[in-house]
Amino acid sequence: MNDVIIIRGGRVIDPATGTDAVRTVVLRDGAVAEVAERVEAPTGATILDATGRWVTPGFIDLHVHLREPGQEYKETVATGARAAVAGGFTSIVCMPNTKPVNDTLAVTELILARAATAGLARVYPCGCISKGSSGEELAEYGELQAGGCVALSDDGKPVMSSSLMRRALEYARTFGLPLTVHEEDLALVGKGVMHEGASSTRLGLKGIPGQAEEVMVLRDIALAELTGGRVHIAHASSAGTVRAVREAKRRGLPVTAEVTPHHLSLTDEDVAASGYSTDFKMSPPLRSRADVAACVEGLADGTLDCIATDHAPHSPVEKDVEFDAALNGIIGLETAFPVCLALVKAGTLTERRLVEALTASPARAFGLPGGTLARGAPADVAILDPAAEWLCTAGSFHSKSTNSPWKGRRLTGRCTHAIVGGRLVHAGGKES
Amino acid sequence: MIGRQKHCIALEDFSREELLQVLDLAVSMKEVLLRPIKKVPSLRGKSVVNLFFEASTRTRSSFEIAAKVLSADALNWTSASSSVTKGETLVDTARNLEAMRPDVLVIRHSASGAPRLVAEHVGCAVVSAGDGAHEHPSQGLLDCFTIREKLGTLEGKTLAIVGDISHSRVARSDLHAFTKLGTTVRLCGPPTMIPAGVEGLGCTVTHDLRTAVEGADAVVMLRIQHERIGDPLIPNTREYSRLWGLNGKKAREWLKPSALILHPGPINRGVELSPDVADGPHSVILDQVQNGVAVRMAILYLLAGGDPAEAKA
Repeated sequence: MNDVIIIRGGRVIDPATGTDAVRTVVLRDGAVAEVAERVEAPTGATILDATGRWVTPGFIDLHVHLREPGQEYKETVATGARAAVAGGFTSIVCMPNTKPVNDTLAVTELILARAATAGLARVYPCGCISKGSSGEELAEYGELQAGGCVALSDDGKPVMSSSLMRRALEYARTFGLPLTVHEEDLALVGKGVMHEGASSTRLGLKGIPGQAEEVMVLRDIALAELTGGRVHIAHASSAGTVRAVREAKRRGLPVTAEVTPHHLSLTDEDVAASGYSTDFKMSPPLRSRADVAACVEGLADGTLDCIATDHAPHSPVEKDVEFDAALNGIIGLETAFPVCLALVKAGTLTERRLVEALTASPARAFGLPGGTLARGAPADVAILDPAAEWLCTAGSFHSKSTNSPWKGRRLTGRCTHAIVGGRLVHAGGKES
Repeated sequence: MIGRQKHCIALEDFSREELLQVLDLAVSMKEVLLRPIKKVPSLRGKSVVNLFFEASTRTRSSFEIAAKVLSADALNWTSASSSVTKGETLVDTARNLEAMRPDVLVIRHSASGAPRLVAEHVGCAVVSAGDGAHEHPSQGLLDCFTIREKLGTLEGKTLAIVGDISHSRVARSDLHAFTKLGTTVRLCGPPTMIPAGVEGLGCTVTHDLRTAVEGADAVVMLRIQHERIGDPLIPNTREYSRLWGLNGKKAREWLKPSALILHPGPINRGVELSPDVADGPHSVILDQVQNGVAVRMAILYLLAGGDPAEAKA
């Protein structure tokens, strides 16, 4: 009987229950049955030896682009979900900027059907804030939620109309849905393609100041106060954003925020060092060292609730071009853990907070199941080898795309097993 | 090769010695250019492709003449549209040209970094003839050549660069080259035209024209592009000209008698330079054009595989 999985010998880190000790985890009938020091294994149980590894709740990523429907050459629901579990993510929220966008039940249902067929990570669709993501009219939140959407976003684009944003926040309260907001003042962004600073000046590329993000964050915090609607700041990247969110939380406003592994670890200087590599081009752009330090500090102190990858697959068609012409975005599901684990090694983040930011915090921000190994929780588990060293190459990825700034770098830390609903869906790293 | 450089894409990558290698060789090249019969067989059998994605008369002609004086075959490939609108990617275009086996690919493109992208995909030497707001290395070298020729040295001299620094690839190449050769560089323009963090590249910044040009040994006046008006970086050309343009009165009162005035061209007469200054005693603008051919001959010669020792003989 394969309904029981026993994970032995691993260090169980589950911030939601305050657990950090070597324990045995018992998964039965798709749920966590027990986390205990000593367990009698029933005959026929699958036994996984996790000695020397971490056993954590499966990671939850609130910000992923799966590209299906419409751009299946970049990623599909199935390949994205495969990449997710390879990176330790057992639940992912997929952004609605597909072709067509997810502003109707039909698209939501298609994504969920594909996810069910794939049978890998749990996929939670995010619906559009506005019809067609055009920033003009409200989408049908009631229908989207009934179909399975857990949040709303026009991600990829800011909601430039303050009036529409106000109404969206008010209307979404009916359903308790959070709005994931991509914060950029498009007039301040202009034709900018990277962070504005000494590096953009050296490269002769048009810059985008951090304030392009900050002014929109400040607006939406003000609107959260006005409406009581839930604002979730997508991919925080500037020191000003961290400061604004910290103040909003201090005042008790319904604001949460996420930060990507790349905004915690790479700077605009890396863009210059890469020699115009478009694997370093994304929105918001990689910012200054001071911004990165502020984001790390914000994540450590809980101002920024969670780590989200903004996994954004693109093919060479979009990336093997001039920097100005390249599309924004990089993949992130399969490198998030080692990249963020480096912060622990650098002493700027604790192990507990790292795991929390990948599990309990995102679950809480969107009210999703999982994120804990408490008895009765979904049997979603990641087993991680924090000492595994590997060379990241284009061949390392399960994603259909390879637009990653970590290609060619040695990384430490890797997911060795992922379990979703009590089923082992990933075992062993793809050899590179 | 220019020193260790296989390409000529960014003077930021050049060492002082590599810059001097080009400048010294350009002296010999200028002699060739001044002969009654302007033709030497140095690059016979070699070919140079000029791949221009942006309109250019001066720079393209200059590279073409430089190639022809050295007996290389020159082909001009002009594309009014960018790769995005044309449907063929820049990399594909470059690979197609590479298949014709040129020795040097000269490229001008509106996107910063485009020559570098091309260089990563082709085997021949790549020379940037200007990319976006990044660099214009042959212009930087010809500015160095012109001032060195007139003043004897660049060491200990002061250069002012005035205008829209943010959008200027010439300013960046000048800044990198002159600072490496011992010249103090002052940048000047309205704050809307000074790029973030530029002081970190080893120059000073002022918004006052007089402060910038007083005591300077040379002044590079940059062209004000009409599309910047209403961008909105400046209110209009009238106010710009009053505050940052150089006219005869300011030149007489503020400039050293020996100061040189350079301009990368084409000039907006009456905006950054009044006609009496553009054509006056300080101006070395036409020397720049002539020296540009000599400098480009040196670049092509070195990158197409010529022997520096032989060229001097």
